[in-house]
Amino acid sequence: MAIKTQPVTVNLGPQHPSTHGVFRMRVSFDGEEIVDVEPIFGYLHRGSEKLAEERTYTQIVTLTDRMDYVSSMLNNQAYILAVEKLAGIEPSPRGVWLRMIASELQRIASHLVATGFLLQDLGALGTPLIYTMRERENILDLFEMVCGARITNSYLRPGGVFMDAPKEFWPALDRGLDDIVNTIDELEEYLSGNEIVFSRTKGTAVLSQELLINASITGPMLRASGVDWDLRHRAPYDYYDKITFERKLHTASDNYARYWVRVQEARESVKIIRQCIEQIEPGPVRPSFDDVPRLIRPPAGDAYAAIEGSKGELGFYLVSDGGIAPYRMHVRASSLINLTLLRDMLIGGQFGDLFVTFGSVDLNMGEVDR
Amino acid sequence: MGQAFLDNSLWRNIYCVLAGDSASCAARDYSAGFLPGDMAWLAFLLTAAAIVGLFVNGVLGGVIVLIWGERRLFGRFQRRTGPNRWGPFGMLTSVADAIKTMFKEDVVPAEADRILFNLAPVLIAAPALLVFSVIPFGVGTYVADLNIGVLFIMAVTSLTTLSVLTAAWSSANRIAILSALRSIALLISYEIPMALALVGIIMLAGSMSLGDIIAAQNVPFIIVQPLAFFVFFLAAMAEMARAPFDLTEAESELAAGYLNDYASMKFGIFFLAEFMAEISTSAIVTTLFLSGWRGFDPIPSHFWFGAKLIAVLFVIIWFRMTLPRLRVDQVLKFAWKGLFELTLINIVVTAILIAIWPQPTTSQLWMMAAINWPVAIISIWGVSKLLGTPAYDKPQPDADKTSYPVASEEIPEASVYVVESTTPAQEGGD
Repeated sequence: MAIKTQPVTVNLGPQHPSTHGVFRMRVSFDGEEIVDVEPIFGYLHRGSEKLAEERTYTQIVTLTDRMDYVSSMLNNQAYILAVEKLAGIEPSPRGVWLRMIASELQRIASHLVATGFLLQDLGALGTPLIYTMRERENILDLFEMVCGARITNSYLRPGGVFMDAPKEFWPALDRGLDDIVNTIDELEEYLSGNEIVFSRTKGTAVLSQELLINASITGPMLRASGVDWDLRHRAPYDYYDKITFERKLHTASDNYARYWVRVQEARESVKIIRQCIEQIEPGPVRPSFDDVPRLIRPPAGDAYAAIEGSKGELGFYLVSDGGIAPYRMHVRASSLINLTLLRDMLIGGQFGDLFVTFGSVDLNMGEVDR
Repeated sequence: MGQAFLDNSLWRNIYCVLAGDSASCAARDYSAGFLPGDMAWLAFLLTAAAIVGLFVNGVLGGVIVLIWGERRLFGRFQRRTGPNRWGPFGMLTSVADAIKTMFKEDVVPAEADRILFNLAPVLIAAPALLVFSVIPFGVGTYVADLNIGVLFIMAVTSLTTLSVLTAAWSSANRIAILSALRSIALLISYEIPMALALVGIIMLAGSMSLGDIIAAQNVPFIIVQPLAFFVFFLAAMAEMARAPFDLTEAESELAAGYLNDYASMKFGIFFLAEFMAEISTSAIVTTLFLSGWRGFDPIPSHFWFGAKLIAVLFVIIWFRMTLPRLRVDQVLKFAWKGLFELTLINIVVTAILIAIWPQPTTSQLWMMAAINWPVAIISIWGVSKLLGTPAYDKPQPDADKTSYPVASEEIPEASVYVVESTTPAQEGGD
C-alpha cells in the first residue's frame, strides 16, 4: 500500500536563531529532505544607496560601515577606491599601507566570525563561536586604538586614512597577530580533525564550477571550488602588487571546502599584514587638504572599483554629475550575489544541513539588504 | 504492610520512628513510636509520603544545583566566568530564573489542543521522577528494589518520547512535529542498542535488580564491559537528546523544537525534566557501570555515589560543550550500523566468557576485562573505519601550484581563469 505523503511548508525566520540577521525562508520539505526553498529578504533595507545621493563623498564612508557590519574596513576600502578613481586622487603611501593592514585585520575578523557561526550552526553550543569571537575582540581592540571605533570604524578617507596609528599600536598588532595564529592553530586542531564536523560538512551542498561562475559567485565560495580568482591577485588594488601571498584553493566545493578556505585565508592575511608592517614608511597618512579638499567635487563621469572583500568581490559604482554628492551609487554586494545559489545548494539536501549550508555561504544581511 | 515493604533501611528507619511497630522493628532498638500502635497504616502512609517528598525534593534540588553547575562549567569551557551575580558564585541564578519563569505569561496557542497541551508537561515530569525510585543512592537509600529494575528503567525512560509527541502534536506547530518525529526516530533506534548493551551486565550479575548488579561489581563493570559502557553511554545521551544527539531541540535548526509554543512554568517543567533526565542517566550509568555507591570504607556510601554521579555529569556536560550536532540520518546510521553491531559483539564475547567462568570471582572479572578491552578497542576502531567520513581523494591543489608571488607573475586578462580541477571526491553522505 502506498502511503500518500505531501511536502510540509514551514516558515523559518525572520526571527530564527540561525538566520544571521533578519532573513526569511519558506522551506518545503518531505520528511527531512528539502524540496523547495524560497528566500525572502529585505527586512534590513535601510536605503543606503539612496541616502548616499544626499551626502558628501566623505560622509558616505559612514554609510558603508553599516552595510556589512562585520567587515566595515573592507567596505570603506572599496568605497574609497571608487572615490579615488572617480576624482583622480593620488593616495598617500602610508595611508594605503595603514588601510591595507586595517582591511586585512578586518578580513581575519570576518572569516573568524564566519567560521564561528558555521560551527554554531553545526550545533556546537557556542564554544567555538566564543573562541573565534574572542579573537575578533582583540582585532576590534586594535581598531579602537587606531581609529577610536570598534565596528563602524569610518577609518578611511579619500587619499588614505584620517589619522595615523598611535605608537603603542604596533607592538599590540604584533602580539595580536601571534594570538590570531595561535587561535587558528587551536581551532584547526580541535575542529578540522573532528569526525562530526567532517561528516556534517564534507560532500554537502556541492556546487559545480560552471554554476558558480555563471552565477558570478566570488570569494571563498568560488575558491573552494578550485577557481583561482582573487582580486588582490588578478587586479591588484592599493599595494597588493608589492605583497606575496598564497591563494588557497580547494577543489571539493562543499561546505567543508568553504570553511577550510576561510581558515587558510585568515592565515594568509596574517602574512600579508606582517609584510605590510615591514614595508610601511613614515609620512603623511592622507594628502593635505590643498590636494584633496574636504568637499570633493569629482568631474562628471562614473567609476567602478572592486576589492576582494571577505565574502567576495565587493564593488562600488559611483556616478558623479560634478556636484558634492554622487548622482548615483550602486554596490555590488557579494553577500546578495552569493545568496542566489541558495536554492541550488539546499534542494535535495537534508533539513539538518539547511543552516550549515546557509552559514557556509557567509552572508551578512546588512549587506544583502543594504 | 508486611515485612517485605520494610526491607530496606530507609523505609524501616522512618517507619519505626513513627510507629515503633514491634513486629517490624524487632531488630531495632525503638522503644516506642510517635504514633499509637494501632495506627500502623497511618505510619505507613506518612513514611511513603516522606520518602516521596524526600526523593522529589532531593532531585529538584539536585536539578537546581546542576543547572548552576552546568552554567558555570559552560563559562569555564568557553573562557568566561559564567553566572556570578546572584548569591555566592552565582548560585542563586537558577532561583532567580525559576521566579522569573513562574511570573511569565502562560500563553496557549489559539489552535492548540488545550487538554493535551497542558498534559504534556505532566507526562514528561512523571517518568523523569519515576526512574529515581529504583536507584540506590547509598546503602539502603532507595524507594524500591525491583527485581526487574533494569527493565523498569528502560520502560520508564522511553515514556519521555510520548510526552514530546503529545507536546508537539497539541501545539499545532509544524516545526514541533518535525522535532517529535526526530524524537521518535531516536527512541526507536537507540532503545535497541541501549537494551542490548545491558544484556552483558545482566548476564554477569545474573539479575535485573539494581541491588544485585551493584553487589556483583567487585570490579566496576566499566572495566569488565567497556564496549557495553561505550554503547550504553552514547545511547543514553541520544535517548535524553543531549548533544551531540540533540536533534529534537536542535537550537540552530528547529529553534526549540517541540518547546516552541510553551511558555511560563510549562516550559519550566520541560526544562526541569530535561535536567532530571540528565541526573537520572548519570545515576543509571553510575549504578550499572561504576559500581554505584560502593567504595572503600571510612567515606560513606552516599558520598561515593555522589562523587561518581558528578563525574558522569561532568562528562555529559563536556560532550555537550565540545561536540557539534550530528544530522538525523547520521545519528540513525550510527545506531543501526555502529552501536547495534557493537552490542552484538559484546553479547557474544560476554556469553563465551560466562560459559568459561559461570560464577566469576574478582580475579576472573579482571581476566574478563583483560579480554574485553582489546575486543572493545578493535571493534570500535573497526566500526569507526566503516562509518567514518572518507578523506578527500585530493584534499587541495598542489601547494606549488598556488603558492607563487603575485608581484612576479604576469597578470592575465580579466577573464575567468580556471585551475584544472579534479572532480570532488564522492562522499558517502549516507
